[in-house]
Amino acid sequence: MTAIETKNLSYRYGIGTPFEIKAVDDVNLTIEKGDFIGIIGHTGSGKSTLMQHLNGLLKPTDGEIIINERSIWSKDVDIRSIRFEVGLVFQYSEHQLFEETVFKDIAFGPKNIGLSEEEITVRVTRAAQAMGVHDSWLERSPFDLSGGQKRRVALAGVIAMEPQILVLDEPAAGLDPYGRDKVLSQIKKYHDEYKTTILLVSHSMEDIVKYADKVIVMNKGGVFLYEKTDKVFSHADEIVEIGLDVPQITRLARLLKAQGIDIGDDVYTVERAKERVLEVLKNEKK
Amino acid sequence: MLKDITIGQYFPGDSIIHRLDARFKIIFSILAAAMLFTAQNFIGLGIAAVFIVMCYAVSGIRFRMILKSLKPIIPLLIFTGILNLFFIKGEEVLAEWWIFKIYADGARIAAFMIIRIITLITGMSLLTYTSSPIMLTDAIEALLAPLKKLRFPVHELAMMMMIALRFIPLLIEETDKIMMAQKARGANLDAKGLIKKAKALIPILIPLFISAFKRANELAMAMECRCYRGGEGRTRLKKLTCSAIDFLALGLILCVFGLIIVNNFVF
Repeated sequence: MTAIETKNLSYRYGIGTPFEIKAVDDVNLTIEKGDFIGIIGHTGSGKSTLMQHLNGLLKPTDGEIIINERSIWSKDVDIRSIRFEVGLVFQYSEHQLFEETVFKDIAFGPKNIGLSEEEITVRVTRAAQAMGVHDSWLERSPFDLSGGQKRRVALAGVIAMEPQILVLDEPAAGLDPYGRDKVLSQIKKYHDEYKTTILLVSHSMEDIVKYADKVIVMNKGGVFLYEKTDKVFSHADEIVEIGLDVPQITRLARLLKAQGIDIGDDVYTVERAKERVLEVLKNEKK
Repeated sequence: MLKDITIGQYFPGDSIIHRLDARFKIIFSILAAAMLFTAQNFIGLGIAAVFIVMCYAVSGIRFRMILKSLKPIIPLLIFTGILNLFFIKGEEVLAEWWIFKIYADGARIAAFMIIRIITLITGMSLLTYTSSPIMLTDAIEALLAPLKKLRFPVHELAMMMMIALRFIPLLIEETDKIMMAQKARGANLDAKGLIKKAKALIPILIPLFISAFKRANELAMAMECRCYRGGEGRTRLKKLTCSAIDFLALGLILCVFGLIIVNNFVF
């Protein structure tokens, strides 16, 4: 089943001013239900703009967006209902916290849907649990928490709406390595448990290949590459050419290949590299 | 969108008006305002309006920007118009409906006031369109310098203004982001009714205040780190210089002023 489909989607900023920029240029994408997709690209490659289209915050200049088989800008669709279907978490999402207590803040989304008190409590607890938000924090002010904790509360605030599609714009930006791993692995766990379609935008190729099943590489407002994670690095040369990084271990594999030792194009984790190197060594002994 | 707010926005350029000394430009703006309040009839206002439009033409700022700068004061214009239209009494009745009577005098004064406000805003906008915030604050500091003798904190005032101006676009951008984030959580910002509207603002204002205070804190820290100690003995990167052309412009504007005064006596 298709979760998201875009047809010839284009978006221009500042129409009619000298600063007009084409931020998204003729994007055609099909994303299946339950996929975990990683999106990578330079600053200004249009990834954030594209993400803001998916829940109807931006209206495309051209083209169409179809979420769960409904074109979201057709007249009979209430755009607010799309926001509950597609949860969007912005960069530095902790800036959106505003309530007196963590509980109330996470409850903001569900409340806007118009759920009953009991249902709200159930959802808040579930979301808090999914994001590793401690029960003891729920009655505290969100502003007393640390940066990483705040981030998880903000994520829980969106997850509590229980959207079928979750779009995360750099959920780990600016966190320390521990906070980073914590946030990303909670997201992965949530995906495995609830089978939500997830789009994860990140600057870090390493993070993306670690968690995503498929990767979208964006460049200059268009989709440059859309592949299964295993196959992405057979295009390693092109990826490097547009100025993006490949994981360190993939770089090592490519250097080895140049030296005549082929351990494969799909090496992007240390574990897999270890396996392959051992294989190669075994074959050599024979 | 919030990004379209233009009051206080600078459009870099290289016209004569851009190159005028900012100190003079501030004086010109004050003179222009005085001019508009001196004008007692439509001819006087017309002269001032033509002068301002000519300034725009010379500055290379597009006329569309005039309309843009007027957008936020439309409610004020309507309010002024209605107030004058209905409450000024005269002899000649133009129209009558229920308890309302519109007099010719009222209509005239309403039109006069509206034109005066429009020209005033348009004229003032030209100052900020053609001078960068730094030039402006430097100029204000220079113009207020005599007050230093009275121990008035002129430099501090100018610095505060400069920081405020600098932060406007940042705060606008931030507001935009926060609005988007809360909308993504289903916040209904277009809610109807005063109380609902005010309530809808809470999720935006609280994060905005917090981040503004945080920014202020960080800025203060950064200034301390660079040993900022106020204006005493401070030199500038860009010195304000006045030249013959500034005095020529002053002459021109005084001529127009004179014309308007004469016009008041003649008609």
